[in-house]
Amino acid sequence: MYSEKVMDHFMNPRNVGEIPDADGVGTVGNPVCGDLMTVYIKVKDNRLEDVKFKTFGCGAAIATSSMITELAKGKTIEEALKITRGDVADNLGGLPPIKMHCSNLAADALNAAIKDYLKKKEANK
Amino acid sequence: MDHAAGMPVDPRVFEAMKPCFLENYGNPSSSHSLGTNARNALMESREKVARLIGAESPKEVLFTSGGTESNNLAIKGVAYRNKDKGNHIITTTIEHISVINICKHLQKQGFETTYLPVDKQGVVDLERLKDKITERTILISVMYANGEIGTIQPIKEIGKIAHENQIYFHVDAVAAAGKIPINVQEENIDLLSISSNDMYGPKGVGALYTKKGTRIQPVIQGGGQERGLRSGTENIPGIVGMGKAAEIAQEEIVVEGRRLSQLRDKLIKGVLDTIERSYLNGHLTKRLPNNANLRFSYIEGESLILGLDMLGIQVSSGSACTSKTLEPSHVLLAIGLAHEEAHGSLVFTLGKQNSEEDVDYVLEGLPNVVKRLRAMSPLTPKEMLR
Repeated sequence: MYSEKVMDHFMNPRNVGEIPDADGVGTVGNPVCGDLMTVYIKVKDNRLEDVKFKTFGCGAAIATSSMITELAKGKTIEEALKITRGDVADNLGGLPPIKMHCSNLAADALNAAIKDYLKKKEANK
Repeated sequence: MDHAAGMPVDPRVFEAMKPCFLENYGNPSSSHSLGTNARNALMESREKVARLIGAESPKEVLFTSGGTESNNLAIKGVAYRNKDKGNHIITTTIEHISVINICKHLQKQGFETTYLPVDKQGVVDLERLKDKITERTILISVMYANGEIGTIQPIKEIGKIAHENQIYFHVDAVAAAGKIPINVQEENIDLLSISSNDMYGPKGVGALYTKKGTRIQPVIQGGGQERGLRSGTENIPGIVGMGKAAEIAQEEIVVEGRRLSQLRDKLIKGVLDTIERSYLNGHLTKRLPNNANLRFSYIEGESLILGLDMLGIQVSSGSACTSKTLEPSHVLLAIGLAHEEAHGSLVFTLGKQNSEEDVDYVLEGLPNVVKRLRAMSPLTPKEMLR
C-alpha cells in the first residue's frame, strides 16, 4: 500500500520529539479524525535551525511528519513557507489517494509553527 | 492473526474439491451418470452442512455464493414474501455491514427498521427487544457472534421471543459457524446464514438454512435450482468444498475451540498485564474462541498494524484509517467507544495456523511497537514516557 520511502520514514522517523524552548509550535488535525500533529521549530538568523515533531496517526501521518522536518531543516522562513503538501507527498514517492487529504497535514503543521513564530516575533518588537 | 479477513483452504477441503473440476464436472440437472454424480455430491454436502448446524433435514439447507448473498436472500426474501403481514424489521447496530445495508435498501422501499442498541460488551438487551416488537414486525435479524469484537448473542432467548410473537428469526452466523456449536432447532432459528471461507472452505460459496415452512421468496430468478430459491447452475466444486469444510469443522469444533480459547485468553491476559492503558473490547466470556479485540490509548490502529507487520504479525484494526470510508468501525462506536478510542483498536483473529509460540511472539513484540508509537504521540501523557 505504501512506498518504500513512506515505510522507511514510518519505521525510522527523523526528528521525533519536542523542542522545549521552541520559537514556534504548530498543531493541526484532531484525534477524533485519527490524525494529530505538532511541529516545533527553532529559528536562528531567519533559518530553521531545528525542526521536530510529535504525531498521533496512521503510517502516512507519521511519514509525512518525518519528511517535513527533513525538508524544512536549514531552510529560510520564506523557503519553508513555500513547502506544500504536494512536495511532501512527492518526496515520499507518493501517497495512496485516500491518504492525500486526511493524513497529509505535515505542511500545514509546519506552516502553523512558522506563523506562531512570526506572531511571537511581532509581539516582542 | 487476521483469520477473519482471510484464511487458507484446509488441504483436505482442497483434495475433496479437485475431482470436481476434471472428472466429476457434471451438472446436477442432467439425467446421465455425470449428472447423478453431481447430484449425489450436492446432497452429501447438504447433509454435512445440515449436521453442522443441527438442521432437521438437509432439504432446509440451500447453497448461495456466500454470506452476503445468504443475508440478502434471508432478509429480502422474508420481507418481500411477508409484506402482507407487516413491514417492520428489527436488527441491531452491530450487524455485519451487509445486513445493515440490506435493511437500509428495504427502508427505501417502504420497510421500517429498528436498530437495537447493544451494551458496552456488545450484547443485545432482551427487554428492549420485546419493547420494540409491534404488530407489523415480520423479522428479527441478529448475528450469532460479532466477527470484530467476538461477542456472542443470547440467540436462543431472542428466538424464543421472536416465536412467541410469530415473527421470523434470522441469524447471521458467518463469524460463528464452525467455531462454536450451533443448533438451529434448539435455538429457535428460522433462517441462518453461513459462509464457507470463514471455516477453511473455498471463497464464493455459502449457505442459507431455511426452516421447513418458512415463507420466503427468491431474489434471483432463473432455472429453479435450490427449491426455486436460488436459481443458477450449482457451484459444485465450491459446494463440495464447503461440505468438506463443514464436516471437518464439526469433528474438530470442541477440541479446536478449547485450544483457541486458551491461546486467546493468554493473549488477552498477556497484553492487559504488560501494556499500560490497554483494554479489551467486547465481552470477557461470551466471546468467540478465536477473537481478541484490544484497544491502546494514545495511538492509532493503522500505525500499529504496520508496526506489527514489520515483525511478521498480521492483524486488523477498527480504525478509520484502515477503512474505505474513513469512518471508524460502526461496531466499536455502537459499544460506546469514542472515535479516538476506536482508532486505537486492534483485532486478533486466531486460527488453525496459530500456536502458543505465535502468541508468545506477539506478547514479545507488541509492547515495543506500542511504546515506540506512544513516544511519538502528542497525546501520550509525559509521565508515561519516563
